[in-house]
Amino acid sequence: MYSFPRLVREAFRRHSGWEPTWRSPEPKPRYDVVIVGGGGHGLATAYYLAKEPGIANVAVLEKGALGLGNTGRNTTIVRSNYLLDANAHFYEWSLKLWEGLSQELNFNVMFSQRGVINLAHSDAQRDQYRRRGNAMRLNGIDAVWLNRAELARRVPLLNCSDDARYPIVGGLLQPRGGTARHDAVAWGYARAADARGVDIIQNCEVTGFRIEHGRVRGVDTTRGFIAADKVALAVAGHTGQVAAMAGLRLPIETHVLQAFVSEPLKPMLDTVVTFGAGHFYVSQSDKGELVMGGDLDFYSSYAQRGNLPAVQHAVECGLAMFPSFSRLRMMRSWAGVMDMTMDGSPIISKTPIENLYIDGGWCYGGFKATPGSGWVFAWTIAKDEPHPLNAAFALDRFRRGAVIDEKGAGPDAKAH
Amino acid sequence: MLLIPCPHCGPRSHIEFTYAGDATLRRPADDAPLAEWADYVYLRDNPHGPHREYWHHVHGCRAYVTVERDTATHAIVTPGGEAS
Ligand SMILES: Cc1cc2nc3c(=O)[nH]c(=O)nc-3n(C[C@H](O)[C@H](O)[C@H](O)COP(=O)(O)OP(=O)(O)OC[C@H]3O[C@@H](n4cnc5c(N)ncnc54)[C@H](O)[C@@H]3O)c2cc1C
Ligand SMILES: [Zn+2]
Repeated sequence: MYSFPRLVREAFRRHSGWEPTWRSPEPKPRYDVVIVGGGGHGLATAYYLAKEPGIANVAVLEKGALGLGNTGRNTTIVRSNYLLDANAHFYEWSLKLWEGLSQELNFNVMFSQRGVINLAHSDAQRDQYRRRGNAMRLNGIDAVWLNRAELARRVPLLNCSDDARYPIVGGLLQPRGGTARHDAVAWGYARAADARGVDIIQNCEVTGFRIEHGRVRGVDTTRGFIAADKVALAVAGHTGQVAAMAGLRLPIETHVLQAFVSEPLKPMLDTVVTFGAGHFYVSQSDKGELVMGGDLDFYSSYAQRGNLPAVQHAVECGLAMFPSFSRLRMMRSWAGVMDMTMDGSPIISKTPIENLYIDGGWCYGGFKATPGSGWVFAWTIAKDEPHPLNAAFALDRFRRGAVIDEKGAGPDAKAH
Repeated sequence: MLLIPCPHCGPRSHIEFTYAGDATLRRPADDAPLAEWADYVYLRDNPHGPHREYWHHVHGCRAYVTVERDTATHAIVTPGGEAS
């Protein structure tokens, strides 16, 4: 139990009494549910499943160490500012779970509701953003339109002048949006799931599925065969590759996305800002670094490394917004691989194989979905049917023509 | 940077190109069943490893070029040629 008295007590005995945050058990021969992938989504799913009465015997299998996939690589923006109903309802539920998450897990996930601002640079873009803001408000989600003068007050370093490369017209603010501490989300869910009896097994890669008469019976792993009544995939950028081992072809292309941070600075930016005339987003971490991201590299890739042109594009956008960034030095850059779906929306769904479930297709934005996705995925696995919040994210929506194309970009994975 | 071998312009930086995806997909017949069309439009093999793909040389000769590239390493395995 983490508490203030415990902290004081440990301080007086040289912190010798802390135990590992979760156990590292040997895999059992059989589980009710095996979750593949120990990122935020897999761990959250395990946690909400273990809270469900009657499901005790759950394992999470992770090929490496917990949270070193996209959980530990993302720019941590959390928001629910969507136009389409299915997205709005789902992400808003996730945001509500974020609002109580540190209490729920007794682990500080440092969720900071510092607001997320999308800048608009033309009349057409302003109309489109205001339409989205109105749709959000109709769905009960907070949205505020800021004109240029209000933006200049809210974000003093922003170039709001007329001679900006793409003069700013205004911005759509979601005040309840913000950022969170990525690692803490993985660790918090892992600890809470472990406390409810979930076996978290690291360095255990799933290498195949045992499927009999159209029903999954278990998984082959680098640590031997593990039988399971139900198998649930939460492998983020590797969904296509892992699902292929079960003979499934998915509406997914895997792409690489980079992120980078500047040297640490004194507090200068207390909100999240996204550029509207190119793809760029920035916030300042609690350590003082500017955390920045932009576009995909735009070619399919499973390599967790990107190329400089994507960095250059992002930096150019950043400087157009904040000329004062021009003398900063970049400290680190890295990349993660992501499932880009053909409509830009996720897949949280049953599959044609009985008792095999998929949570994937998170494109640029699955970190914010972590609590909501774990919650609805646990429901879907436990009840063998989707919750109303994820019914629209079914795998068969592409065949049915019921795509959820937030951006209206059409069936081109990299365009979403 | 990726060096994309263009049969007309020689090896050129990938920023001159637009990536145009899987080059092995074959368009179904006009009267093929809807399910076949849906698979063609939406489903991908998305392999981890060698991948035959199109690159559109938009800032060059404007041809579609086929290239085999390893998605795990980014290495160009075999330069293809003009798209068929
Ligand atoms: C650079 C970057 C920036 C991003 N920025 C944001 C953002 O600002 N806001 C936002 O909401 N989202 C963002 N995202 C997206 C977000 O990070 C992901 O959608 C989300 O983290 C994916 O879910 P996850 O946390 O479960 O994935 P991961 O942490 O990647 O977990 C998947 C796990 O599955 C494991 N695995 C894979 N194959 C196997 C196997 N065969 N056997 C066992 N285990 C396996 C992997 O090792 C990995 O640990 C960003 C992504 C990137 C790359
Ligand atoms: Zn050419």
